[in-house]
Amino acid sequence: MNSLVEAFGAAWRLIAGFDDELAQVVGLSLQVSLTAVVIATLIGLPIGAMIAVERFRGRQTLIVLLNALMGLPPVVVGLVVYLLLSRAGPLGSLGILFTPTAMVIAQTVLITPIIAALSRQIIEDAWREYDEQLRSLGAQRLNAAMTLIWDTRFSLLTIVLAGFGRAAAEVGAVMIVGGNIAGVTRVMTTTIALETSKGDLPLALGLGIVLITLVIVLNALAAVIREMALRRYG
Amino acid sequence: MLPLELHELSFTVGNAAIIRGISARIEAGPRTVILGPNGAGKSVLMRLCHGLLKPSSGRIVWQGAKNGDERKHQAMVFQRPVMLRRSALANVMYGLKLAGKSRSQSELRAMDVLEVVGLAQHAERAARVLSGGEQQRLALARAWALGPDVLFLDEPTANLDPASTQDIENIINAIHASGTKIIMTTHNLGQARRLGDEILFISNGRLMEHTPIDRFFKQPVSTEAASFIKGEIPWQ
Repeated sequence: MNSLVEAFGAAWRLIAGFDDELAQVVGLSLQVSLTAVVIATLIGLPIGAMIAVERFRGRQTLIVLLNALMGLPPVVVGLVVYLLLSRAGPLGSLGILFTPTAMVIAQTVLITPIIAALSRQIIEDAWREYDEQLRSLGAQRLNAAMTLIWDTRFSLLTIVLAGFGRAAAEVGAVMIVGGNIAGVTRVMTTTIALETSKGDLPLALGLGIVLITLVIVLNALAAVIREMALRRYG
Repeated sequence: MLPLELHELSFTVGNAAIIRGISARIEAGPRTVILGPNGAGKSVLMRLCHGLLKPSSGRIVWQGAKNGDERKHQAMVFQRPVMLRRSALANVMYGLKLAGKSRSQSELRAMDVLEVVGLAQHAERAARVLSGGEQQRLALARAWALGPDVLFLDEPTANLDPASTQDIENIINAIHASGTKIIMTTHNLGQARRLGDEILFISNGRLMEHTPIDRFFKQPVSTEAASFIKGEIPWQ
């Protein structure tokens, strides 16, 4: 019990004192996950919007597949990206395995389906409401899709934040493709896993506190944005 | 654009025939009211005319339209207006920009019509926080701004209180006076009397009569219309 209290105290001192190692790990975590979520949004959002407003063969199958991909196990994504990027793999010549770039790729793969699937749902619901009105006003498909994205922007922002939360909190993928190299590819989750097994609880706990705080702040932010948008735009 | 000709128009969903072989010729000028009980097929007929639905069989011909430009010369106001999550002004400008107008042109035109429907002071407010009556006036402004030759209105006052209904009816008359052909549906006989010059009476997907308003109420030809008029009068 005492050691737990001590660990919490030490963790708190690390956070309050902006410990170098802790700050560096948190910084890399944010950098990797933010980059991944931006790329995943740029890819996933147009895909979601396209599936929402277009009617084509295999659409229902694609939706089921996309929804299933939301539950991709991070370690499997890590493994696949590892195989692609490893020296013998098809992209091995790039030499980016065990770099932050590889971690960005893995997290992008992980959360692009989440953003595509959830934005598809939101945009399609809006499309059902707007369809006739937009067609009556003369909007073509592309125009309509842009309008729907803009009109659902606050709900879509919630999805992006959810994607970011998922990326920042996963261990498996970044562990495999990043290699958890001190000072290079060590992020919050992988550091927690390593330090815990080493018995260095203060750093692990400190990072855990930062991570949980981050997730809570993100969710609060999403709630506030939705609330404000609802009051302002109805 | 006009006249609008319907040739043996039918629309079925699965096994259910919603519109059954309607033929009619709708001329420029008089305000046309499509009247009938709920579920008669009024809204579907209007959506077919406006091009939102494709007929299962039959043809719709805009005699006065040049090749393929008929969509640009018509607009529609729905029973429940769909407002975009932006200001009232931006909602009106949206349609104008789709029609290829420049931003400054759109804004001038939009402010003009907002003024006419009495919403100029709400131009910058979010459209979705306006009241039901205001939203419907905004929907009329958005449609009117496009300067359509034909304006379709689908039960435009079905969800509104008497004061808002009167506002809407006044605006419809102003749009008519500006030279736009009015084609609207209603199940309300009072409204048909107030706004209609001619009646298309629909029952069970069939066109039962197409007559001037006076004759329709004095001596309806079909038994369906006669009983509809009788059945409705006690509630007037």
